[in-house]
Amino acid sequence: MISDIRRSLPRAAWWTLNVALTVLFLSPLVVMASMALKSSGDQGHIPPTLLPSHPTWANFRKLTSVQGLNIFHNLLNSIMVSVSATLLVVLLASMAGYGIARTKFPGAGIVFFVALASFMIPFQAILTPLYMLLKNMGLNDSLVGLTLVYVTFNLPFALFIMRNAFASVPQTLEEAARVDGCGTIRAIVQIMVPIVKPGLITAGLMAFFNTWNEFFAALILITSQEKFTLPVTLTMVASGSFGQIDWGSLQAGVALTIIPCIVIYLLLQRYYVSGMLSGALK
Amino acid sequence: MSTSTASLDQKRALPRRGGARPRSLNRRRQILGALFTLPTAVMIATFFLVPLGMTFWMSFNQWPLLGKHKWIGLENYSAALSDPNFLQALQFTLEYTVVITPILLVLGFGLAALVKRGNRPARFFQSVYFLPVAIGLASGSFLWLFMAQSQIGPMWDLMRRIGLIGAKSNLFAGHWSSLMVVIAMVTWKVVGLQMLLLLAGLQSIPDEVTEAARVDGASGWQRLWHITVPLMRPTLALVLVFSVAGSLLAFDQFYIMTSGGPSNSTITAVYSIYRYSFIQFKLGYGAALSVLLMVILAMVSAVQMLLLRNTDHT
Repeated sequence: MISDIRRSLPRAAWWTLNVALTVLFLSPLVVMASMALKSSGDQGHIPPTLLPSHPTWANFRKLTSVQGLNIFHNLLNSIMVSVSATLLVVLLASMAGYGIARTKFPGAGIVFFVALASFMIPFQAILTPLYMLLKNMGLNDSLVGLTLVYVTFNLPFALFIMRNAFASVPQTLEEAARVDGCGTIRAIVQIMVPIVKPGLITAGLMAFFNTWNEFFAALILITSQEKFTLPVTLTMVASGSFGQIDWGSLQAGVALTIIPCIVIYLLLQRYYVSGMLSGALK
Repeated sequence: MSTSTASLDQKRALPRRGGARPRSLNRRRQILGALFTLPTAVMIATFFLVPLGMTFWMSFNQWPLLGKHKWIGLENYSAALSDPNFLQALQFTLEYTVVITPILLVLGFGLAALVKRGNRPARFFQSVYFLPVAIGLASGSFLWLFMAQSQIGPMWDLMRRIGLIGAKSNLFAGHWSSLMVVIAMVTWKVVGLQMLLLLAGLQSIPDEVTEAARVDGASGWQRLWHITVPLMRPTLALVLVFSVAGSLLAFDQFYIMTSGGPSNSTITAVYSIYRYSFIQFKLGYGAALSVLLMVILAMVSAVQMLLLRNTDHT
């Protein structure tokens, strides 16, 4: 029946439906871009206009001072946290993935089992003790603390991907490298890393998107406004000043948050899709 | 024979390593592997296992933010089960889950059927429908919050022009209308993932099977109901659990778009835990609610296992 829908639907209807859906799916992004570029005169227009009459960067410029906050500084926070969390996740997960898949040390199975079991536990349920734990470590209200939490939340999935990637490298390849006089470390870096590269990219990509977009943990663990990451900062923009919400600036902030995701998605779509699929089918 | 001698010779050619070499090499590799795994194990133990254990422990205590905590046994749990605020939040979370899950399932299935062909235009449309999945739930919420604003929001304006709402209406003033705005946003954001998963399931059904049923005279709906759906049961179970688990943990979209309103009618379970723990600083009570939420999720996972296992036998 499904295969027939395409066949029995006249070609024109299939195209019409898909084009209509495409407009529907992309229209929120058009609204975002249009509002972010509207002048303050355009913004209050009732009914709202589709496109800005005089496109301007004013809304982005206003983001440099929202209630004493420079949002571009928060953008930098987001970049720092996401990039360092992603790099750490990829590094730690590759090392552990290699150790678990290739050396079979006693206890490897336990580590992997615990990591897999943690998929079952929602991180929202352990945030209160995490908050206290970070406080005891002197890492409360700190981007380092937030990064460590993000690394931990993203490690299990990355470990799952990297263990499988290393397990699928033929044993003979590593042995051949060693016979040829490669040390273990050199064999890993020069022979195995290029082979597991798709896994590395997928694991890194998932970690980056998760941390870049994460809201709940950042809302709880970070209390100083100048340390907020971008999604939490948007609550500041949305709370407005003098009872007035600056919707243009809010959409400019939303654009800052969304556009990197879209660009990376378009560039690395294949890896992202495979990551989402294996994440679901794990 | 000659090859093994050659490799033996090669090993002998390496200096200062005796007969115990393969064994000690193995041992050294194991130590290296354990060292490689150590940082990951430490991270998971520190920032996952310890807080998990603490959640359980705290749930048996009265635990203010400052000052001493006090062991009170199961009091938090008994309080939770008769707490009208938490029970209402739980009820609303279930309501949200029950409404959004079939919407996502049906629309995801429809999109999967539309792009199943897999030719160039179909792959393009598939990328478009999947694009919002890459966007964060929080930023999506802020975007749709504006779209649904009275007077100035483009979506509000469109709905008014069609005649769905009156010229003075406020979508966020009513329980159902604000829930519908949130559901529309979440559908836009996640239906692409459902589509992708269902597409993988659809593509695993050989065309010959449905073709054979067609030749035997089965109608479109009969084929959908008696062939496609049963064969896709593992995928359907997966998609179902995905959407149910995601909905049960909903927070961002309600915190941002409705702030739990109107009159606290859209407070979800996680939202309620957040308010008890970080607004009222009843940390022990919040922990007990977290444990209850974990139990509910574990039950959902168990049902998933059951659904998946049953299919294996058919």
